[in-house]
Amino acid sequence: MAKATHSVTRSFAAHAILATYTIIALFPVVVIIINSFKSRKAIFRSPLSLPDQETFSLIGYETVLAQGDFFLYFQNSLIVTVVSLFFVLLFGAMAAFALSEYRFRGNSLMGLYLALGIMIPIRLGTVAILKLMVASGLVNTLTALILVYTAQGLPLAIFILSEFMRQLSADLKDAGRIDGLSEYRIFLRLVLPLVRPAMATVAVFTMIPIWNDLWFPLILAPAEETKTITLGAQVFIGQFVTNWNAVLSALSLAILPVLVLYVIFSRQLIRGITAGAVK
Amino acid sequence: MGSLVLKNIRKSFGQVEVLKGIDLEVSDGEFVIFVGPSGCGKSTLLRVIAGLEDATSGSVGIDGEVVGHLPPSKRGIAMVFQTYALYPHLTVRNNMALGLKQAGQPADQVEQRVTAASTMLSLDEYLERYPAELSGGQRQRVAIGRAVVRDPQLFLFDEPLSNLDAALRVNTRLEIARLHRELGATMIYVTHDQVEAMTLADKIVVLNSGVVEQIGSPMELYNNPANMFVAGFIGSPQMNFIDAGRVGRGDADKIGIRPEHISVDPETGTWAGNVLHAEHLGADTILYMETEAAGLLTVRLFGEHKFNADDKLFATPDENRMFAFDKDGRSIAA
Repeated sequence: MAKATHSVTRSFAAHAILATYTIIALFPVVVIIINSFKSRKAIFRSPLSLPDQETFSLIGYETVLAQGDFFLYFQNSLIVTVVSLFFVLLFGAMAAFALSEYRFRGNSLMGLYLALGIMIPIRLGTVAILKLMVASGLVNTLTALILVYTAQGLPLAIFILSEFMRQLSADLKDAGRIDGLSEYRIFLRLVLPLVRPAMATVAVFTMIPIWNDLWFPLILAPAEETKTITLGAQVFIGQFVTNWNAVLSALSLAILPVLVLYVIFSRQLIRGITAGAVK
Repeated sequence: MGSLVLKNIRKSFGQVEVLKGIDLEVSDGEFVIFVGPSGCGKSTLLRVIAGLEDATSGSVGIDGEVVGHLPPSKRGIAMVFQTYALYPHLTVRNNMALGLKQAGQPADQVEQRVTAASTMLSLDEYLERYPAELSGGQRQRVAIGRAVVRDPQLFLFDEPLSNLDAALRVNTRLEIARLHRELGATMIYVTHDQVEAMTLADKIVVLNSGVVEQIGSPMELYNNPANMFVAGFIGSPQMNFIDAGRVGRGDADKIGIRPEHISVDPETGTWAGNVLHAEHLGADTILYMETEAAGLLTVRLFGEHKFNADDKLFATPDENRMFAFDKDGRSIAA
């Protein structure tokens, strides 16, 4: 008896497609990581081979770590990412709650206005943003980056979260009101836990562009004490000589924190999805 | 305690007027049911009483006090929702206790009232479970328990049985009736199911497109409907409406006769006709007949009968139980 869902060829084809995609997606990451453990000559001689006894070298990591500022860069990136993420999720969820929960004049217009940022890249406003930061004395501060990234992340967050919140049972919120919960507690205690999967999605989509961004750190905060990791790694890329060991090691290290954050959020994501499925 | 007075309640959403001036008085301990077709405004009226919607105009008085300015939690009400609306991240115990904790009641008193409610509703063994681990019927019992714990002056039920299957519906209906007897509390109950309305209510309020059609006890509505809408809505199968002219009643526009007040005979009777379809339910037999004089008729016979489609029969209405309605659908007193 052939079952449509259990055909061998079909599942083989599905796995083959997924495996191919995984290989393509992981290839550059793997190349970066294995080459970060090799000596300079070995990187150029055979870039795809794994490090062996002869070619193994930690020179890249030593260079990076010897450059004391690197921890500072890391710290800056982490602060900017985590704080921006916090504000995006907080303000995004609050705005989404207002849009989805309350009837007021201009509600849908406001929703459209807040989501407009998805279609207009914030980089178009770079000059104006720079002027604004200069005028307010925020150039070369992490605050400048946090503000810009919060603004950049909000439209998508509001769009996704308000769609999710509209699907929540209105009865549940009304039950909270009858039990005497304030609107803030309804938001924090009832609504936020229920949209956690959506929050995780938003967090992942918001976090990665912030961590990887080179543009705004370069323009708004290029000073030594406010450099982020992506900007910091640029010191090893010279016009004539590039220290590949150091660049690859810096990039490998830069993957780690974002990977940890991603694992945390995607756990939430999966737990949220399965919890909804068995209900 | 527990009386309710509505005065000229109106509610509009934008241009649409959903409630068009509702007046109602409910005395303490009454079980009142709002019944009507979908979209008649019965749920909106309940939400206005609860304070979840503000009325556009009019006043709501609970226990002699006008409560228009009070939030839902301060009105002395508890509400049970169609979708249960349990807090998914709290155990049954905490679901029931939340309202009291929120009101700042001492812990031992909260505990005592939760225990009393859970015993009353046989929920003791489920107190530490989460709503996701309960069946539909259990969830609705928890939702009712959450209302009982608040010890309200007024219970509000918003179609509490609609999401349950038929057997559970009967059980939970009995449970609610028992609860009303034991607590003696005032209850307002919204449903579109006239069987629930007839079986539970002391007083039924029939609503249709935002106005009250009639208020009365179940038997008053059954025996003396004020108009065609109420006559058609109360009773199942629906009342037969016949053009008065066809049966020689010049004084009225329509004649109404309930299916259970028509008798049939193969030999003789008032209206000759053909059986189109017969439904054999054991306790009842429902015949759908096409008659020459009166058009399509539904006839409800008690017990089992061997009639089948295409049988020729005569239908005879019980003259004493016929209703007459004028052009506007209002009842004409016999």
